[in-house]
Amino acid sequence: MPARVVVLGGGVGGTLVANLLSKRLRRDVRVTVVDPTGMHAYQPGYQYLALGQANGRWLVRDERTLLRTDVDLVVEPAIRVHPDAGTVQLARGGSLDWDYLVIATGARLAPELVPGLTEGSYEFYSLEGAQRLREALRRFRGGRLLVGVAGIPYKCPPAPVEFVFLVEEYLRRRGIRNRSEVRLLSPLNRAFTIESASKVVQPLMAQRGIELTTFFNVESVDPSSGVVSSLEGEKAEFDLLVLVPPHRGQDVVVESRLGDASGWLPTDRTTLQVEGHERIFAIGDATNLPISKSGSTAHFEAPVVASRIAALVKGSAPRSNYGGNVMCFLETGNRQGTVLRFDYEHPPAPPQPSAIWHSAKWLFNRMYWGVVPQGRLPERMPIPVPRGRSTE
Amino acid sequence: MTTANVTRSIDARGMPCPGPLMSLIGAIREGRVGDVIEVLSSDAGSRTDIPAWIQKAGHDLVEIVDEDGFARFVVRKAR
Ligand SMILES: Cc1cc2nc3c(=O)[nH]c(=O)nc-3n(C[C@H](O)[C@H](O)[C@H](O)COP(=O)(O)OP(=O)(O)OC[C@H]3O[C@@H](n4cnc5c(N)ncnc54)[C@H](O)[C@@H]3O)c2cc1C
Repeated sequence: MPARVVVLGGGVGGTLVANLLSKRLRRDVRVTVVDPTGMHAYQPGYQYLALGQANGRWLVRDERTLLRTDVDLVVEPAIRVHPDAGTVQLARGGSLDWDYLVIATGARLAPELVPGLTEGSYEFYSLEGAQRLREALRRFRGGRLLVGVAGIPYKCPPAPVEFVFLVEEYLRRRGIRNRSEVRLLSPLNRAFTIESASKVVQPLMAQRGIELTTFFNVESVDPSSGVVSSLEGEKAEFDLLVLVPPHRGQDVVVESRLGDASGWLPTDRTTLQVEGHERIFAIGDATNLPISKSGSTAHFEAPVVASRIAALVKGSAPRSNYGGNVMCFLETGNRQGTVLRFDYEHPPAPPQPSAIWHSAKWLFNRMYWGVVPQGRLPERMPIPVPRGRSTE
Repeated sequence: MTTANVTRSIDARGMPCPGPLMSLIGAIREGRVGDVIEVLSSDAGSRTDIPAWIQKAGHDLVEIVDEDGFARFVVRKAR
């Protein structure tokens, strides 16, 4: 009998791991993907949508068309995992048996955690949010535009910095930059989590007149007076506020009592097994790993999990390990960008922004649908070691 | 020793930056005025980040104690 693998989530990580398993194990495996929408979104495109540079159609595809034909797709949410019974309960009352389970359910946006956030701010972290923001930006005639982060961790750490560069350029193109203040509110004492990259972007922000308020941990938003307040006791007035909502793990993880207090799955950093559960693996945004929640993380984790499950099914010892590989582009506006490549051992050393990395990001944006879900990109990315530093 | 008065202790050893600071911020958010929170951190960046945040946020840094391979930050929620 073929091994039964159930994959929860048909996003970046889930789709890739399902395709890789079916490609590797063929008749020895029966792979089922469970996803509530049956649609797959290219989330990095949301910010281009908000800025009027992309349409919604480019960003969403039917998951069925991305999966190999021998992978089954069940379109409904999983509501509870029963690790001991080896089953997962589905929302419409059914249940699936598994020998191996991969949890790739991503992150849930949790705007309800900050009073006033839903009514008082915009976001570009969901399709609907990006569409609303696009309309708000179209109506914007100048004023105080504030961009911030309402909780750490959030996916794609450079995204708010990218957005602030791109929206500054957008205001210049519309001829309303001189009537506008553009400010980034950061919860940390630098532009964002990654220190080396903050050092590269902060001087550029200053050059473009983008202000930076540090140690601003959003506490509440007052929509009627247009004021956002911080835990540190500061208040900032805005005409348009863009906030990345807090992120939490999905309800299915919480309901299954597998997650930590925020719903993230305690995950082994190299084997990607959920702690205490040999046959359950986690990838992508759903884990508690202290690395970037990003598509590239999910992309580099998926082959490790596929290879480990394939080894277990074949009765051999799994040898593939995840080394913390991540690669993200960071747009800095004016058709320039940089790149962050790092792993557990090597922090990123981003190059000075140039046109090359902007073009690379757009090449990737265009190629995504044809290469990433199918596993046509390299399974690992070498990390360039800056001169003067050894790999030891 | 302040250990006896500690309301909440967070072991953030092994967590990379900004984990220890974000754990402290979370505990301050949830805590009450007067609570004493202790954070253990092995991340070198905490040495500058944690005191700088406490100063900006208006809480009291009771002490920083160097231990073997980590530091212990003791903070009182002041407002
Ligand atoms: C604005 C923005 C810009 C970004 N830019 C970049 C970038 O430049 N580079 C980069 O690498 N990453 C970027 N990301 C991050 C990237 O999109 C995510 O990190 C990535 O999608 C994570 O993959 P995942 O498979 O873990 O989760 P997702 O791709 O989010 O997929 C999770 C899936 O699980 C499903 N699901 C949820 N609940 C259940 C349930 N109960 N049962 C079954 N299925 C469920 C969801 O429907 C979804 O399909 C960006 C994200 C945003 C929002």
